Amino acid sequence: MGYAARDNEFDVIIVGGGITGAGTARDCAIRGLKVLLVERHDIATGATGRNHGLLHSGARYAVTDRESAEECIKENMILRKIARHCVEETEGLFLTLPEDDLEYQKKFVESCQAAGINAKVIDPKEAMRMEPSANPDIIGAVQVPDGAVDPFRLTSANVIDAKLHGAKVLVYSEVTRIIKDGDTVKGVEVYNTITKQKAEYYAPITVNAGGIWGQRIAELAGTKINMFPAKGALLIFGHRVNNVVLNRCRKPANADILVPGDTICLIGTTSSRVPFEEVDNMYVTADEVDVLLKEGEKLAPSLASTRILRAYAGVRPLVATDDDPSGRNISRGIVLLDHETRDGIKGFVTITGGKLMTYRLMAEWATDLVCKKLGVDKKCVTMNTPLPGSEHEEIDEISKKTWAKPGTPHKATVGRHGGRAVQIGLENEYEASLVCECEEVSVGEVKYAINELDVHNLVDLRRRTRVGMGTCQGELCACRASGLLADAHKCTERAKADLKNFVNERWKGMYPVCWGDTLRESEYSQWIYSGVCGLEAEEESPKTE
Amino acid sequence: MKFDTIIIGGGLSGLVCGIRLQKAGRKCAIVSAGQSAMHFSSGTFDLLGRLPDGTPVDDPIEAISKLDGGHPYSILGADSVEKYAAEAEDFFAGCGIKVSGNAHKNTWRVTPTGERKPSWLTISDFTPLEAKDSAIGSKALIVNILGYLDFNTRFLADSFERQGTSCRIESIKLDEMERLRKNPSEMRATNIARVMDRDGVWEKAAAKVKEKLQGEDVLVLPAVFGLKDASVVEKMREAIGVRTMFIATMPPSVPGIRSQLTLRAEFEKAGGRFFLGDTVVDADYNEDGTVKSIGTVNFGDIRLYADDFVLASGSFFSKGLIATPEKVCEPVFGADLTIAEGRDNWFDRNFWKRQNYISFGATVSSSLNVSVEGREIANLYAIGSLVGGCNALYEGCGGGVAIITAMKAADVILEK
Repeated sequence: MGYAARDNEFDVIIVGGGITGAGTARDCAIRGLKVLLVERHDIATGATGRNHGLLHSGARYAVTDRESAEECIKENMILRKIARHCVEETEGLFLTLPEDDLEYQKKFVESCQAAGINAKVIDPKEAMRMEPSANPDIIGAVQVPDGAVDPFRLTSANVIDAKLHGAKVLVYSEVTRIIKDGDTVKGVEVYNTITKQKAEYYAPITVNAGGIWGQRIAELAGTKINMFPAKGALLIFGHRVNNVVLNRCRKPANADILVPGDTICLIGTTSSRVPFEEVDNMYVTADEVDVLLKEGEKLAPSLASTRILRAYAGVRPLVATDDDPSGRNISRGIVLLDHETRDGIKGFVTITGGKLMTYRLMAEWATDLVCKKLGVDKKCVTMNTPLPGSEHEEIDEISKKTWAKPGTPHKATVGRHGGRAVQIGLENEYEASLVCECEEVSVGEVKYAINELDVHNLVDLRRRTRVGMGTCQGELCACRASGLLADAHKCTERAKADLKNFVNERWKGMYPVCWGDTLRESEYSQWIYSGVCGLEAEEESPKTE
Repeated sequence: MKFDTIIIGGGLSGLVCGIRLQKAGRKCAIVSAGQSAMHFSSGTFDLLGRLPDGTPVDDPIEAISKLDGGHPYSILGADSVEKYAAEAEDFFAGCGIKVSGNAHKNTWRVTPTGERKPSWLTISDFTPLEAKDSAIGSKALIVNILGYLDFNTRFLADSFERQGTSCRIESIKLDEMERLRKNPSEMRATNIARVMDRDGVWEKAAAKVKEKLQGEDVLVLPAVFGLKDASVVEKMREAIGVRTMFIATMPPSVPGIRSQLTLRAEFEKAGGRFFLGDTVVDADYNEDGTVKSIGTVNFGDIRLYADDFVLASGSFFSKGLIATPEKVCEPVFGADLTIAEGRDNWFDRNFWKRQNYISFGATVSSSLNVSVEGREIANLYAIGSLVGGCNALYEGCGGGVAIITAMKAADVILEK
């Protein structure tokens, strides 16, 4: 075999650039495997980037699902160590409202303790001191070790580390065919949606980490996984109302978690079954918005007068435990399928189900199976190995070491990139210019993201840097960043089409909640982009997601 | 406190109406909440750029007959629109704002992203193009101020090159700018203009720009000069010597803010009272149903009385209209509105398609009277973007509607 042929040969191909795929790529690469990760859009575009960003303590599952609760608390403690730049240690409260049964609290605390979660009953007055935005009518409160986690940052850090360990990462690369030889999967055919070119890649093992879209990957491999898409809608509020995660102390239901994250906070979720055909086009309905608002205000009454920035929905990849056609036995836990033993298809593994919280464990299980199949005897070390950006010290220390006079934009940058911020040039006046004022993202940081973090467009850039995630939802920063992308890619046509896509993607989250200040902001955006700039709809508008 | 006319809203339409009344000897007050849409103006006023069906318009006056009956231009009538449009150039000149344009022939402006949009009156900072595809010259030098990101040189260069103009991009750095840069969020058009407008600074900028020239026949600069005084712009042109095109930046708009300040000064110079930073909270009525007085936040118990009241309070952004999840309302008088029922009908899921909510606004009579619960109020008028029935963005008619309804309402009041 010539050298060129070996360039497309790997030990393992991982399909799906969500947190599960990224984590698996990292684990495999650390264990010395030659890894290819393929993702049809950008990293973290699916369910990974469409949830609360809650660092679950596991308390939510303690009563109903002990196994998930135990997994959560273990992973919670691990992420605090290995992903400190992605985690905010906020603590969490489970609040009992007058309409809730206080008896449940007892059962809840017992179940938490049994699962190893440090849950302690505190006086409602003390809870109010901890979190002044909480509903003052509460009759009970339990403190748990919840936190907040940035799923974009977490996925990006896993991808960075996979690459540092030699993995090849292909984004905007959709698997169009699974290459098989008889019953054995040999590799994948991939279509690059930017270059419009097809390529083939080979490996003895292919891991399907496609989340809800994994059903299609499995079909391409000639087997079937029974997925049950469950849509969850969330609302993002314009500022950070709470500093502590607020939960309702009752059986898990709609809109009972309020999570702070960076400059904003989120309430969610709803839960409804959706047909598989709709998973690529999730729209939030007026009813969902109403439920989220009504229930959210019970946790923190000030939400009623807080501006809603946007609404969005994700799809949980729930799986029937195994070929149960009725779908009654749905698991929320981790599902690892060895298709060789399950369906007689060799070289093909599916890792699905699970949660953002348990991604590392899922990656560990999947990698263990891959290694076993490849005859590689290497133990998992990801529970003790910090992610890139988290190896070092605190934000202030990194800032002081890196820049002579760190200002708030420098600290914001370190907050997003941890120790890797040292690679970002912010010293000269041009690099230090701010692209996004809401989130304090500089020219230097945008350039770093374009050059080092596989950023192809503004939506990718938002996931890496938070450009356009603040209260203005990308009014000026989108246009500024678009100019930088035009420079980087030497193509203004593409940059402009991209700018339109980005604004449209922001709008998709805004129109379901478009009244009051959100409508004012939207009208302003219309004046700027349609009026002053005179940008218009394309003849054939490219897909926004 | 008693006035002849009280105008609610200090943007383009409120000021035009107030100046016209005040210059005719009426005692006027304007209550303004603050920022006006002129603060992010494009530097031109449009009259009519395209019909609601998408047909491009070359002669706005002639195209009015093709608009439907609910459009403000149709309500006023083509003759009336033509008459006021013809007066506009002199009106602005009389206020110290030099504009040029022809209501029978659209010209084209270059947008901050390099698009071309039809326009009617162009503020003298800017250079109107005769045709959508006019070239700006044969060789252009585009110069930006280092670190200023709201002026997209590459987008502009690309659009000029499409018309056959070869472009070169340069940037200049001024020590005077370094203080601004200490806080990077200060690199905004208005802050740059404040520094540039100082004596000695714009001269330095002009000299640095000149040094960059390599035989280009046209120079392109961001419109960040002359925040208070338009003469800086002319002095820059003279100092540079090469034909200079200023291009509108992303907001805030330096020429837009200057124009608004100039209009406000003109209104006050004529004797009008401008109450800035105040919000109208309620109104009370005479027995015949006409408006008697209004109350504001700052005036508290002191009521403001007038014979006539003009609503120039803008649309959603300026809070002339307020939207809740269920409905849209005009908050001061509860004016009858032209809107689409049901929130699903307010929006298109594609941001770039025509958005219905932009056309929401007050339903007005041919004399621009507002009605409340179906009853016309004889001394209450709506002007500017609060008036419903047209999609200012899609049709490109916001400037014309603001100026022409303002002049018309003033004349209706003067003729009473």
